[in-house]
Amino acid sequence: MSGGYSDATIWFVILVLGVATYLIRWSFLGALGGKAMPGWVLRLLRYTPVAVLPALVAPLVVWPAATEGQTDPARLAAAIATLSVGVLTKNVVLSILAGAGTLFGLIYMAG
Amino acid sequence: MSPSPESRPAKRDAAQEAAAAQALARSPRQAFWHGAVQSLPFLIVIIPFAILFGVVALEAGLDLAQVMGFSVLVLAGASQFTAVQLLSDNAPVWIVILSSLAVNLRMAMYSASLVPWLGSATGRQRAGLAYVLIDQTYALSIQHYEENPRLGMAQRLGYFGGAALVLCLPWAIGSWIGATVGQAIPEEVALDFALPITFIAMVAPMLRTLAHMAACFVAVVAALLLAGMPSGSGLLIAAPLGMIAGALVETLTERRATP
Repeated sequence: MSGGYSDATIWFVILVLGVATYLIRWSFLGALGGKAMPGWVLRLLRYTPVAVLPALVAPLVVWPAATEGQTDPARLAAAIATLSVGVLTKNVVLSILAGAGTLFGLIYMAG
Repeated sequence: MSPSPESRPAKRDAAQEAAAAQALARSPRQAFWHGAVQSLPFLIVIIPFAILFGVVALEAGLDLAQVMGFSVLVLAGASQFTAVQLLSDNAPVWIVILSSLAVNLRMAMYSASLVPWLGSATGRQRAGLAYVLIDQTYALSIQHYEENPRLGMAQRLGYFGGAALVLCLPWAIGSWIGATVGQAIPEEVALDFALPITFIAMVAPMLRTLAHMAACFVAVVAALLLAGMPSGSGLLIAAPLGMIAGALVETLTERRATP
């Protein structure tokens, strides 16, 4: 690992994530059976992907590591293109193509 | 990619009635193949994602065995990308683990919503199902069960098994390909941005309701405001704030709808 993690640390992360993710999947189906989850818990869980993933991505879009944290018009435009096409078409593949196309197009034009 | 249980088709026409009768007549083996065939379109997304994971993980400094460890043991795309991103940011290990698990919490919701359909399978069968419970197997199966509520347990398990085979095996194979050919990709290709584009593309189709948009908006604003915090830790505050915003807007919308 480039950033100072030992191989053992990486494997520790993989194993903990593997076991804990399995337990999350198994939770209700395996152990809790028919017991219903409180409504408010389900309500919060419903929004985990749309909260966690954008929160992770937003700083990477605005301050990309590749440009040493300088806001980059090409990357910003690519993110906006991905989002717009994704919202309009609901199609993940098209949306990725739009983002990648915008990014490479702009980087190429900038020479 | 991660549908909520509330979306289900309401109308049924003659063609659907015929399909329902056909579903009931299938042997478990036929149900398996049916699930497998219906999963095929998802491969258009899963295979490139898997290859990308292999490439990005390799870029971050993982070796082939570790890439495969992720894809076989964790088997959850978004959280694998999250972990690799935070590892390449040199985030503390506990932040890597907590953030990646937060991404997977939605699977508890999937697990709960499958109980009415699969809760009476044997313990061993449920343990096996849990391993292959991913966004796509969940989405396909719950839709199939709801459209065909009279399916027997063997038919339900067969369908899930077929979907799981077609959707989970290529994830591992794709990751292996990505980690193997990844070295051949030239430096100039702006791979640093593959992850943001992938995640935005995954999230955009989920922004179907005002509540989802609110969750996303609050999480983004909070993440940007907290970006100065030590690597990755702003996420642990921003994400729950977004979730709370989503849940609150949902509650308010419901209240308005039912006076």
